Amino acid sequence: MSYTLTFSQYHEGLKEGKFLGLKCDDCGAYTFPPLGVCSNCGSSSMQVTEIEERGTIRTFTVIRVAPEGMTPPYAIVIVELEQGPWVMGNIVGLNPDQLNIDLIGRNVIMGSQPVKGDMFTREDIRVLTFHVA
Amino acid sequence: MREVAIAGVGMTKFGISEKSNLEMFAEAGLEAIEGSGVEPKDIEALFFGNCLGPFEEGQAHMAPFAASELGLPMSAPATRFEAACATSTVAFRHAAYLVGAGVYDIVLVGGTERAAAMGTSLATRTFAMGAQSKYESPAGLTFPGVFAMAAHMYAKKYNIPLEELKRCMAEVAVKNHYNGSLNPKAHFQKEITVDTVLNGMMVADPLQLFDCCPFSDGASAVVVAEANKVGDLVKQPIYVAGMGQASAGALYLQKDLTRVRARETSIRHAYDEAGVGPEDIDVCELHDCFTIAEILAIESFGFYDFGKGYDAALIGETGLKGKKVINPSGGLKAKGHPIGATGTAQITEIVQQLRGECGDRQVEGAKIGLVDTLGGDFGTLCNIILRSS
Ligand SMILES: [Zn+2]
Repeated sequence: MSYTLTFSQYHEGLKEGKFLGLKCDDCGAYTFPPLGVCSNCGSSSMQVTEIEERGTIRTFTVIRVAPEGMTPPYAIVIVELEQGPWVMGNIVGLNPDQLNIDLIGRNVIMGSQPVKGDMFTREDIRVLTFHVA
Repeated sequence: MREVAIAGVGMTKFGISEKSNLEMFAEAGLEAIEGSGVEPKDIEALFFGNCLGPFEEGQAHMAPFAASELGLPMSAPATRFEAACATSTVAFRHAAYLVGAGVYDIVLVGGTERAAAMGTSLATRTFAMGAQSKYESPAGLTFPGVFAMAAHMYAKKYNIPLEELKRCMAEVAVKNHYNGSLNPKAHFQKEITVDTVLNGMMVADPLQLFDCCPFSDGASAVVVAEANKVGDLVKQPIYVAGMGQASAGALYLQKDLTRVRARETSIRHAYDEAGVGPEDIDVCELHDCFTIAEILAIESFGFYDFGKGYDAALIGETGLKGKKVINPSGGLKAKGHPIGATGTAQITEIVQQLRGECGDRQVEGAKIGLVDTLGGDFGTLCNIILRSS
């Protein structure tokens, strides 16, 4: 059984401004970012599809003590996309020092940006970003 | 399955240590073996926990060296377990089932970690390796960040003003530091106030420094054996009543962070196996890596309804004199959190509570105790229920 949508393919998509995910042949649910099987029903029968960028913030934090290699402060959000998947990424376009709990529920548009790799990841990696719609 | 019991326990003082991972483990392991009335040559297998040895000391494959430090026989397989912060609890569960199944009669379980020694930035980076490396860590996710997002979601979901939730979270820290002040093995042995917490440096909004457990060095170990054998060896065997373990994927897949679903799955299995319910638990050591984490846990266990447990510490119900004593050792918050050693240290506290050996922090008449350890960003949950008779 070959893996339907690898990180490498997903990542190439991000570089081209595309959000590649999976649509389940059995239940119709979207899985994004990819997994080996449908995140809703466990089916391995899925088709690669482009995921839409719109979603809603469900929670957030502002990181002030960062891992080695990252520069704080920056905000992390969990977003529920309109097509169903929940995803994690960074907020862009807002001052992290001015965020409060009212951020939860705001509509956002998804993008991506590169993050510098470190000695453990070896390569630069794109991370999902969100700006307020 | 045969009945399984704990014969002896050992742990180093948690905090900042000059000793290596193996040296700390040798101290804890020999204490557990000696307290069990056996000798190293009697141990048939070692279930060993360590997470960050490769980054702490450039040491992978630590288990066989640990066995050698203790003089365990060559015939005793020594195997490393890794489940982030739940490492040695998971090791314990596997050990207990293998003893129950008759594969071994008497084994040693434990863990060791040097987290303080790494410094905050490398420790934060390597701890974050417990999150998904392609889809979570690159966003700069930290473990305070995980629980910070849970705290924000909790306040929003239950419509609790954030300031009120933070005051209640601070009371969890005050309680656990008070308990730690009564524990000579604790990393922090001094009391704090709500103001200490609310005036602390912000780590990940809304969590401040004293909402967070420390990076600690330490080791812990327990001897697990077939129950009749333990009865021959020591005066007070502590029995394994029930266990549970559950697994979940990346944090974003779990959606509602106020409900740690893997914990709900794990505890249900442990309660069923033990034939007990939330009302039967006399004392509990749970995974308070952050103050909000204790609140989430007491709700998962059924001690409180969902959304109703946040002020339990404030109203004194989870303190040493409360109706449900939570983290009498000081918890991860004050006792400290050398991650690979945390689980068997929680087991050590519950064993000593059930034996009535805890002095000023003793929970009077405790007969049934619960251990709860969470690994990664809600990815691994493990629960152990112990009983004194
Ligand atoms: Zn499906």
